[in-house]
Order: sequence, then C-alpha cells, then structure tokens
Amino acid sequence: MNKDKLIQLTIDGKECQVPDGTTLLEAARSLGINIPVICLHEATTPEGLCRQCVVEVEGWGRLAPSCITPVEEGQVVLTESERVIRTRRTILEMLNASVDLSHSAALQDQMERYGADPERFPGAKKRSHEILDDNPFYVRDYSQCILCWRCVQACADDMQYTYALGIGGRGHDSRITTFFDNLLPNTTCVFCGNCVGVCPTNALQGKTEHLLEKGLQHNEIRAHRRQERQDKRRSS
Amino acid sequence: MNEMANTVRSTCPYCGVGCQVDLIIKEDHITRVEAPFDVAPNYGRLCAKGRYGMDYVSHPSRLTYPMIRKELGSKPRKPADLSGFRRASWDEALDLAAEKLAAIVNGNGGDALGTFCSAKATNEDNYLFQKFVRGVLGTNNVDHCSRLCHAASVAGLQITLGSSAMSNSIAEMKDLEVLLITGSNTTETHPVISTFLREAVVKNDARLIVIDPRQIEMSQFADHFLQLKPGTDVVMFQALAHVIVNEGLVDQEFLANRVEGLEEYLPGLESFTPEYAEEICRVPAQKIRQAARLYGKANAAAIYWGMGISQSSHGTDNAISLANLALLTGNIGRPGTGLNPLRGQNNVQGCSDSGGLPNVFPGYQPVDDPEVREKFEEYWGISLDPEPGLTTMEMVDAAESGAIKGYYVMGENPMMSEPDLLHARHVMENLDFVLYQDIFLNETGEYADIILPAVSFAEKDGTFTNSDRRVQLIRPGIQPPGEARPDWEIIQDLALRVEEKLDHKESAGFGFAHPSRIWDEMAELTPAFQGITHERVEKEDGVHWPCPTPDHPGTPYLFTDTFPRGRGKLTPLAYRPSVELPDKEYPLILSTGRVLYHWHGGTMTRRSKLDDIYPEALVEIHPDDAQDIGVISGDWVKIRSRRGEIEVKVLVTQRSSKGMVFLPFHFVEAAANILTLDARDPQAKIPEYKVCAVAVEKS
Repeated sequence: MNKDKLIQLTIDGKECQVPDGTTLLEAARSLGINIPVICLHEATTPEGLCRQCVVEVEGWGRLAPSCITPVEEGQVVLTESERVIRTRRTILEMLNASVDLSHSAALQDQMERYGADPERFPGAKKRSHEILDDNPFYVRDYSQCILCWRCVQACADDMQYTYALGIGGRGHDSRITTFFDNLLPNTTCVFCGNCVGVCPTNALQGKTEHLLEKGLQHNEIRAHRRQERQDKRRSS
Repeated sequence: MNEMANTVRSTCPYCGVGCQVDLIIKEDHITRVEAPFDVAPNYGRLCAKGRYGMDYVSHPSRLTYPMIRKELGSKPRKPADLSGFRRASWDEALDLAAEKLAAIVNGNGGDALGTFCSAKATNEDNYLFQKFVRGVLGTNNVDHCSRLCHAASVAGLQITLGSSAMSNSIAEMKDLEVLLITGSNTTETHPVISTFLREAVVKNDARLIVIDPRQIEMSQFADHFLQLKPGTDVVMFQALAHVIVNEGLVDQEFLANRVEGLEEYLPGLESFTPEYAEEICRVPAQKIRQAARLYGKANAAAIYWGMGISQSSHGTDNAISLANLALLTGNIGRPGTGLNPLRGQNNVQGCSDSGGLPNVFPGYQPVDDPEVREKFEEYWGISLDPEPGLTTMEMVDAAESGAIKGYYVMGENPMMSEPDLLHARHVMENLDFVLYQDIFLNETGEYADIILPAVSFAEKDGTFTNSDRRVQLIRPGIQPPGEARPDWEIIQDLALRVEEKLDHKESAGFGFAHPSRIWDEMAELTPAFQGITHERVEKEDGVHWPCPTPDHPGTPYLFTDTFPRGRGKLTPLAYRPSVELPDKEYPLILSTGRVLYHWHGGTMTRRSKLDDIYPEALVEIHPDDAQDIGVISGDWVKIRSRRGEIEVKVLVTQRSSKGMVFLPFHFVEAAANILTLDARDPQAKIPEYKVCAVAVEKS
C-alpha cells in the first residue's frame, strides 16, 4: 500500500480519487454519501461484524463490508442498490428478532429508513438476560446487546488496555462476559466506563440513569446507594 | 430520556490530564458524563473519577449560605461541624471578614496573614486571589498545594533548564519510542494518560522502563522493571548516568551545543557504579545496565514522573538526576522526548501559572525583580512587597511562632494534606482568625471563623490549565446551591471591602464583570499568555502556553532551540538518605499515596459513588511482613510513628516490597498524615511523604 498513490473509482455514479488504503466507506463519506453502520465507531478498530455497511461492487459475487474493504482502481460501487437495501433490511430484522432494540434511537431510525418489519420472524427467540447490577457505576442489560464488540475493543487495545471483557458462548448464546463470568468488581475492570461510552444501545447504562428511568428521584438514589453499601458490608 | 437533557462541554475537575467532558444535565443534576471523541487531550477516554465521580457537586452537604462561628474569638479554637456555626448574610459575613483581615493588616502588617489559593479553582479565581493578597493585604504569603506535590520538580527543572512545566504534550505519548516512568502510579493517578502510554507499548512497540518501589500496574507492560528501595532515587539515576557515560551513549553534539557543567558533573559521577547502586537500591546491577542502555541508545526517549520523585527530602535532587539523564542523551526539545512531571490537580499548573506562589507573579515573574514589580505596581496602582512570601509549611511554622495571626483558605484542605497533622491542627487552634471559602466543610473548614460558600466547577465560567500547559474552559451547567457564589466574585467583593477598611484611595481593580476579563488582565501582564483569550480557547478547544501573540499557534513541546536559562545545566549530586530510616522501634518504611477511586483529602470523592467501591482505607503490607505481624487481609492493625498513630484495615499484597507499607491519604478516619514527618527538601520545601519509619501491630 502506498498512501501517496491515488486510486480512482466510481461510487453511485460519482467519480472520486482517494489515497490507496482508504476504505470504501471513507471514500463514500468523502463524496457525502451516508452509508449506515452499526458496529463501526471512530474510537474502535473496524471489524466488519455487523455487515450493515455492505455495498455492491460491480463484478464481485458477494457484497463488500465497506468499513474494512480498501478501494481498488476502477471499482464501480453501488451503496444503495436493491440487493444492498434488502440485505440491510434483513440484517435489521434478524437483529430485532433476537435483541431488544427499543431503547436504541439510532437503530430504530435505520429500521424505519429500510422499512424493516419488526414482525418478520415471529417465532424467533429473543436473547434474554437478567440485568447485571454488580457495581456502583453501571448496569449491564445484555438483552439489549447487539454484540457489536465495541465494549470489548474499548476495554482492550482500542482505548483502555485493561482486558476485563470478552465474548463467551456460541451462536445464539454468544454474549459479552468477563473471565470465568466473574462479577466486574472481581475482574481487572477499573470502571473507566469507556465501554459504556461506545455502547450503541442501552446494554451498558450508567446506574444513575438506570435508576432515574425506573422512576427514582435523586435523593432516593442516594438512599438506594446507602442501602446497597450496608447490604454489602453485612454480607462481607 | 434525553429530551429534556442539556449538554455542557467542560473540563474534568479531578487530575491534571484535563480531560474534556460533556456533562449531560437533567433537572439540574449531572446524570451522565461523556467524553467527546474528537477533542484533545483525552479523545473520548475517561477514568472512573471523570465518568462517575461528578455527583459530589449535588451532594446535600454542599455549603449554601455564609456562616459565622457561634463562639467567635474563644481560644483555643476547636474544630466544629456546621452546628458550631450560625447562618449569616453575605453582607454580614464579608463585612466581618474584611474587618478582621484589615485589623490584622493594620495591627501586625500583611505578613501576619497566611493565604492558601487553590489548585482546584480556576486561573481567574487564582489570579484575582493573589492580586487581592499582594495588592490589598500587602503580603506575598500566598501558596497552594503545589508546594506539597511538585515543588521539587519545579525547583529541579528551574536549576537545570530554567523552566518548570511538563516539556512535552499528551498528544505525543502514543507515538513514543522509549519511555521511562518513575515515581508515578500512572494507571491510578493519571489514568487516561496511562492509556496513551500503554497504547505506545502495546500498539506501537515502544519500550518501557518502570522504576518504582511498588509493583504498580504499569510494570506489567514494562521491558525493564526496577523495583528500588524507597528513597534511593538519586543513586539509581546517577547509576543510569554512569552507564550512559561509560558506555559512550552520551549525545556529544547536544552536549557541545546545548549543555554546560559537564566537567563539574563527571567527577562526582564516578562512585555511582551500578554495583554501588545494587547495594543501595537493591536492584541487580545488570538490570540497571540494561535500562540505561535502552534509554541511552534510543533516538527519542521521554521521562514521566510523579510524586514518588518530588515528595522527598531530596526531591529537588531527584528531579535534577532525571534532568541530567535527558541532558546527557539529548532527550529533550524534540517530539517523543522530554522531562514530564505529571501534575496532580486539575489546575495545579494553572494556579502556579496565575501567581499562586509566594515568590512569583503570574507567569513565574519574580516578585523580587524590580522591573517586574514596577509593571504590576503601575497596573494595580499600589506599591508591592519586594520580599518573597512564605510557603505553605512555613506559614504553619509562622503561625506556631505567632508571626502569622490569620489564615485565608480558598478551596484547599491543609488539615488533611500537611505532614504531621496533629501538629498542624494544634497550630490552627491558636490563630486569631480563619477565613474559609469552599464548596464543602472539610477538615480545615472546621477551624474557620467565617465560612464563605463557593460554587463548583459545574456552576461557573473560567479556565483550567492541564499538565501539558493546555488552557481549557469550564462552563456553568447547573445552578449553584442556595446563595453560593463563584470564588472570583467573592474575592472581588471582599477585596473592595478590605480596601475601604484600609482607606485605600484607589482600588487595585476588582470590578470585573466576567472571568474572561480577569484572564485578559492577567494575559496583559504575562508575556507567555498574551496570545490567549477565552474566545480563542473556545474556538480551538484549548491552547498550549507559551503563546505570546494572537497568531502564535501555542507550544505543545518546549525547548526546541534553547532553554529558558540558556544552556541546560548538568548538576553534580550526592546521595542523601531519607531523613527517618527504619530502626528497631519503627522497623518498616511507610509510603503514602493515592488510589484510583479517590482524590486527595477525599472532600470530593468521599461524597461520590466512588466511595461505594473503595469505602475505607487499606494499608498494603507484603506477605512476609504480614506473617511477622500475624495478620491477614481484612484484619485491623495499629500503625505508629513518632508523630502519632492510626488504626486501619490490612490488604496483604506483593505490590509493596518487603519492609515497606503503603497507605492512601484520602481517609480522615485513618489520616496517613498523622504519621508522616515534617522533613523538607531544603530547596523546594516539599515534605517527605514517601518515607518515614513506622511500627505495625495487630489491633
């Protein structure tokens, strides 16, 4: 890869020239074309996990995840072809079938944009998890987790270098977890909350906000905290 | 839930990293803190304190109206909680404060007052505070907790380079080639900086040397971890220099062009062989050689340090020994190099920059320089004291001797942070007058005669200057509680009243309508700030000083072509052991410091949910020592020193080496500074918090 070399390509009928190594997504953005993303975040390394950013490249058999596909000379790219739209809609419908997306405004917007049918897979089983409330700072509701992996990346080599989070389970049972499923206070977690900062849904949520949403007032939250401290002291 | 939320961009009020934060405010409470991903210095990263520790601002124990001690004038004064005070109006409290201050000035002179400005308050608050103290009260007795944290770094860098700030920027950290961290538990004290340093190591293959008495987390990322005996720093760094000189790793060209003092320096170095260091520091000579070679051979190598270097009776020597290494190898004045003391408080850099020191006006312009003094005298229209004032601990001494009659304390807590607390508290009991201005009643406020309620960082405008000299804005997002007012307004109101009581014909100027105008006055008087305005900081999300003109871009790294003193000065050093060494009666070394979830005297974090995860003091004891004492984790011990004793819970860990115990100083119920000793570095006057002798027994 030679960053000084310019690559010429066509996206949605518009010509553009970008440095070698640019991704299709970045090239499209430079033309003002808005490709939707789910797992991509400016602070984390693109992994191409969610496939929502796929585009159609002329002559390619499969769709290309634009966030991790580098441009090539002479490519002709369509970012909103019928096949792309159908794929994005299906991704959203499948995601919605397995995860509670009701608290994610960004994903609700995308559902609307692509006409995704929330009832497309009526027999599907949503992942359901108990809310994990094991520390004073944030709660984890993995029923709302879309497994974008950003929290794991933020905890590891993209932000914090603390390595408290990982992925456990397989297939439908995949989930974000800690080493041996330990409670967070018993892991390397330092409660920087950088994972919370990159979470696209409400799977990770500050405890104050969580309690406010449950209808508690600020003084009641304080009382709640005091109670938790006493309980903890008694149990230890 | 965001419909009614309001977002305010501000600067974190905890440490010197100066993280930019977005406060999400709902119903006048900070309900969430986010970090913008596209703004320096933190680029979206925060630590537990920044993200979850802001709730202290809404704590019910905030001071909400002025108060006056019920038993005013009775001596010795006793510490009192709020029930010992009665509510007063601002007029009554300020009039009485002005009357008391003026009485002391009239009776005993301005030098009979000791004043503490605040590394937590804004540049503007501090500029105005020292203007009031110098220009109205007529004394240079103004200092702040910088004395207790990096005074030795300042002194050491002044001697060697003629400057006293971190030389390089946070932005360079992730691209470092070689870095040396010493006396800094970076992951707990500057957590966000530590992420960039780890990024350099993990992602960009930087090589890391950690030199620290404790097995801190950064040591897990190090190529070379040298676990030295506490207090032997000078020997260690001289030994590194010894290897660098003897193996020809010095930068000859840099020495020839930028450095002086080599001839005087070299003879004193000869005895500091790695083998000698092995004996003193208890680190194998071979490890010292390896570390020296890595630092000496690097194209660019940077040094970062914290309180472990400065809080020592030979702190200035420690800082000089680090500067010597950088000068010998030419590792300063370029990106990726430098001498970088990591500043503690959010605005400890700025408070010093704004003249909150006894010997200098804003911008480190000496009070004993007639030309400088004349400039300020002319601008303020008053004659000024040419003698440098007293440092924090000298003010305690002067209060003890009776030379100082009254204190004015703004946003500091010397009754938690001074060494040998029992003594410091005793001294406070005998003052004639104590004026206290803060957001909470802390351990110092309990000695006050008059309490003036101030506002928190989230309730006012102003600027903080972070560790890499970046001036950044804070903005009001919530309403102040009750009648609390911004510090600058209080100072202004108080100053005008004192001027009247002292019959000053003309005011030195306390009619500011907004902090930005206070900044403008300071910038006009301070060459290094002249290119900076609030408007510019707003537009550029922060500006690094020095920035002498409006079109100057600011200065992320210093000393490209020259040092402020001209040539860098290599300085010969001798090894002085710590003042109080372990003996039969007090066989262990006590080192004090901080933990991730708490902040200094605990005034803020112990009123935050941060206290829920770390609710009590724990003393770190090595397993071998724990076995000797007969305790396991969770047991209680009594720790005794020659000054006092405390009781505290045990955490058995190999983090601290055998023979040494570590105790955080955040907890009033087990105040570490009851144990520490008031031994000071002769130049910097900083106390030796990191080494004193203690005995530990099961309680």
